Amino acid sequence: MASYVVNTKKQQQEMLKELNMETLDDLFIDVPESVKLRTLNIPEGKSELEVYNDMSEIAAKNVIFKHIFRGAGAYNHYIPSIVNTVVSKEEFLTSYTPYQPEIAQGILQSIFEYQTQMCQLTGLDVSNASVYDGAVAAAEAALMVQERRKSDIIVAGTVNPQVLAVIKTYCASRDVNLIVLNNNDYSIDLNDLENNLNDTVAGVVVQSPNYYGIIEDVKTISALTHSYGGKVIMHTNPIALALLKNAKELDADICTAEGQPLGMPLSFGGPYLGIMTCKKELMRKLPGRIVGQTVDTNNKRCFVLTLQAREQHIRREKASSNICSNQALCAMRASVYCAALGPGGLKQVAINSASNAHYLAEQLAAIDGFKLKTDKEFFNEFLMSCPVDNKELTELLAEKGILAGLPVENDILWCATEMNSKKEIDKLVETIKEVM
Amino acid sequence: MFNYPKKLKYTETHEWVKKEGDIYVIGISDYAQDALGDIVFVNLPEVDDEVYVQESFGDVESVKAVSDLFSPVSGVVCQVNEDLFDDPSLLNQDSYRNWLIKVEGVNETDNFMDADEYREFCENQG
Repeated sequence: MASYVVNTKKQQQEMLKELNMETLDDLFIDVPESVKLRTLNIPEGKSELEVYNDMSEIAAKNVIFKHIFRGAGAYNHYIPSIVNTVVSKEEFLTSYTPYQPEIAQGILQSIFEYQTQMCQLTGLDVSNASVYDGAVAAAEAALMVQERRKSDIIVAGTVNPQVLAVIKTYCASRDVNLIVLNNNDYSIDLNDLENNLNDTVAGVVVQSPNYYGIIEDVKTISALTHSYGGKVIMHTNPIALALLKNAKELDADICTAEGQPLGMPLSFGGPYLGIMTCKKELMRKLPGRIVGQTVDTNNKRCFVLTLQAREQHIRREKASSNICSNQALCAMRASVYCAALGPGGLKQVAINSASNAHYLAEQLAAIDGFKLKTDKEFFNEFLMSCPVDNKELTELLAEKGILAGLPVENDILWCATEMNSKKEIDKLVETIKEVM
Repeated sequence: MFNYPKKLKYTETHEWVKKEGDIYVIGISDYAQDALGDIVFVNLPEVDDEVYVQESFGDVESVKAVSDLFSPVSGVVCQVNEDLFDDPSLLNQDSYRNWLIKVEGVNETDNFMDADEYREFCENQG
């Protein structure tokens, strides 16, 4: 780290003198006394060794599972070491979203490449520079499709509950009428969708693969929604896009995704990445920023912030979003991950995840009382009944160093990725038999 | 240097109005399009939307700024110039031929200036 500048007490005094001030507190004279923190009780410094030992002791309380069979929104994928190497370069690691953009060509190029990859992956025309996480992306998309006479949002009951919760929060403050559909055998109830569609519906949010791992019939949902003039927001897993039909092929208008599977570690829930792409006609409503490629006065390739909703800066009363930033470092991880794997590698990850998940389902189904809740097609996770108390079973497996699927009501939502080998799956099945 | 057609009425917010029977045709003035610079996006209401005197009914975005469009009349939009969505630069080419919206059922109008008054108003703008 070359850019850390220390200052001594003496230097501080010199700077204060220059400013005609006596103490550091004089700098904060505008802050009311009532909101100033006065009770910070920080003991004198410790040696590095002491701090290291203290922190290691605290960190050792975390349980990091070696065997993970849980997804439900965050997925355990292998991260090629080049991802960490590239993003750990100081120039990238410390780059915040560009606010004086054109002098920061490196970060602009990295965002441009990320956007290009996300457009290729989702099939849609335009990507923004990313938002904070998948749930935010879905909620922002719900606000994006609002029109003067269309403000209702329909959300499939099969979206991840956390994503739904964020959409609810966003809509609550915007006077948006939110309708959550019934499920039909763990996927969207098309009759319920049709019953709720009318010309005041701005958009339909559907997740595929959905929370239960099932691949939704997005094409039919798109056709139905479009016939009422509404927009389709497809929330997805970016890895699945390498194997399944993408948003363009399914005729969705906006595609949002939790970008974590693209090279981000699970990390106790974050920071993650919100992917957002859309058709060209919605480009001006896309929140955040969009980086474009152009040429400078010498006709050399360069990058610019080509479009950002100006409402967010100079016409805030008209803004449909207050996101002015992006998730630069995580977007870069996704970009390096995609570049390292290439389209073929990404597809292989998707195929291996799907195959392992299907093998896992088969093996579990061979145990008495474990049965798939539906026969519908799934990608890398699936819901299965559990003959014993599901929470008890997951606790017993945790003691054996295995993170089992997520207990959902009385069932368990299991997941596999390319990380779960046949051997590991066989071992899981053995262990389940053992603890039951 | 700017064009101020005699047959039109104008507002202080640089919209022009032309009455055709019961319908009011609304656009932006030559002065306005020049002040904005290259226009890249036009956001207009839909047919059947209501507009109100001195209230925003849309906006125009140029490479320099986004500016609200203020309605010179109160009424109901009966036609929208959709050509502008495909090619917003039509406003730069001829902001009088390329109107924005047509309004019917007008029950209130702003205080309009005639061409000479508006020319003087523009010439006094910093």
